[in-house]
Amino acid sequence: MSQLSRRKLVTTVLGTAAGASGVAVAARLADRQGLSPPEWHGIYGPGDTLTCAAQKLLTRNSMAREFSRDLISKAPFANKVAPLSGEFKRLQAGGFADWRLVIDGMVARPASLSLADIRGYPSASQITQVTCEEGWSYVAEWIGAPLFHVLNAVGILPEAKYVVYDSMDKGWADSIDMADALHPQTFLTYGMNGGELPVGFGGPLRIRVPRQLGYKSVKYITRLTVTSSSKELPAPSSYSWYAGI
Amino acid sequence: MLICAVQHGSRAGWYNPRMADLAAPRHTFTVRITHWITVACFFALLVSGIEVLISHPRLYWGEEGNVNIQPLFTLPIPASRSIVSTGYGYVLPDQNGWSRSLHFEAAWALVLTGILYFLAGLIGGHFRKNMVPSGADLSWAALSKSIADHLRFRRPSASEAASYNVLQRLVYLGVVFVLFPMTVWTGLAMSPAIASVAPSGVTLLGGQQSARTLHFFCTVLLVLFVIVHIVMVGFSGFGNRMRAMITGQATAQDIDSQLEQL
Repeated sequence: MSQLSRRKLVTTVLGTAAGASGVAVAARLADRQGLSPPEWHGIYGPGDTLTCAAQKLLTRNSMAREFSRDLISKAPFANKVAPLSGEFKRLQAGGFADWRLVIDGMVARPASLSLADIRGYPSASQITQVTCEEGWSYVAEWIGAPLFHVLNAVGILPEAKYVVYDSMDKGWADSIDMADALHPQTFLTYGMNGGELPVGFGGPLRIRVPRQLGYKSVKYITRLTVTSSSKELPAPSSYSWYAGI
Repeated sequence: MLICAVQHGSRAGWYNPRMADLAAPRHTFTVRITHWITVACFFALLVSGIEVLISHPRLYWGEEGNVNIQPLFTLPIPASRSIVSTGYGYVLPDQNGWSRSLHFEAAWALVLTGILYFLAGLIGGHFRKNMVPSGADLSWAALSKSIADHLRFRRPSASEAASYNVLQRLVYLGVVFVLFPMTVWTGLAMSPAIASVAPSGVTLLGGQQSARTLHFFCTVLLVLFVIVHIVMVGFSGFGNRMRAMITGQATAQDIDSQLEQL
């Protein structure tokens, strides 16, 4: 091989090494700024981290697209729900009067809220899209308490980083970071299209995170746990933790 | 490469300043490395994209689209979700987790490679010299001759094969500057996070479901391009063309036949 190709080889190797260390430094910086997902190792770590960091930076102050009332889907799709447990049916029979949302973890005043308590917080509505990771979507009006009102009331500790949510839909648990938890469009949702939130769509209580894919908007929320440690988050699934896509 | 030129020069037994051009690599180092990274990324994007698509092989127009809404069209393939009725008696396994992660990892690698290719092509003159057709080539006569040559499957001479022909240039320009950016745009328009930052990027396309449908059509066009590209490479000498894109060197016969024409 000629000298020129040798020089090219050396340049390429040095360039790749510089690029790789640059990416490593960027990953650490992103992590420190709260821009990287909690789980950013493994073969898809670089892609997941780049997507999460880039979109977290871009969406610091952004609002999910809202639609006019006439664009609300006439045929929204509830998706398939796993058969609900006997306990859910018992609560449903009682008109969800005994439904409780437990809030614990790094909060000054842990709470157990009834639906009436949640309705007591300032209510808001949004006409936003549910975008399923499968590719389908619909637009609906969502009515609920912006989560930040509730979190402010229970008093989150300064070192809090994540809000974990548990569901009565078996196996469904997820988490968001504080930036998303305090976002004005993140709702504890109890109403839809002017009425009660139907059970198929997550009633009596569903979290809405409209700037991420539908799987982050978990149905049948029963517990919120505020934490500072990524080790206390639900076990990572094969679906990315950050789903702004 | 300089050494190569001298070797070929001495073999031919005389020196001509244009020989240096001939012995210069058929494709520059940047073009070659970005080409093969693009090949790997495109393959990863295609496989993972198909995997995500089969979870809902129905395409819509506008903002909303789901099983309760009439689709623009349905792909006649089985699905990986039971909520979609496909007419097939079985449901494929859900592979969307790794598929989506691979899709975006490959997308990042491809976009970063594309930026490198774009800057190198702009600075090094690749676009100006090798991609933008000359005014003469764009004349009706030259264009129709090129189209006729392609339709008759006329094999290019060695000197013709040494640079891109006019149809090739137009297609490459279309892929690099229209199809590739459109695929990125329609992909980003499906992201609720990006839509929250740049809502007009979605509405200009007709809505989020329109973006998904257009993303599908961009992919179809890219796949068609890749098929024609591979067929043409095979037609004009698979070994030589592969060698040129891997090592950068044309074969000895290529160079000899070009030397004869000098």
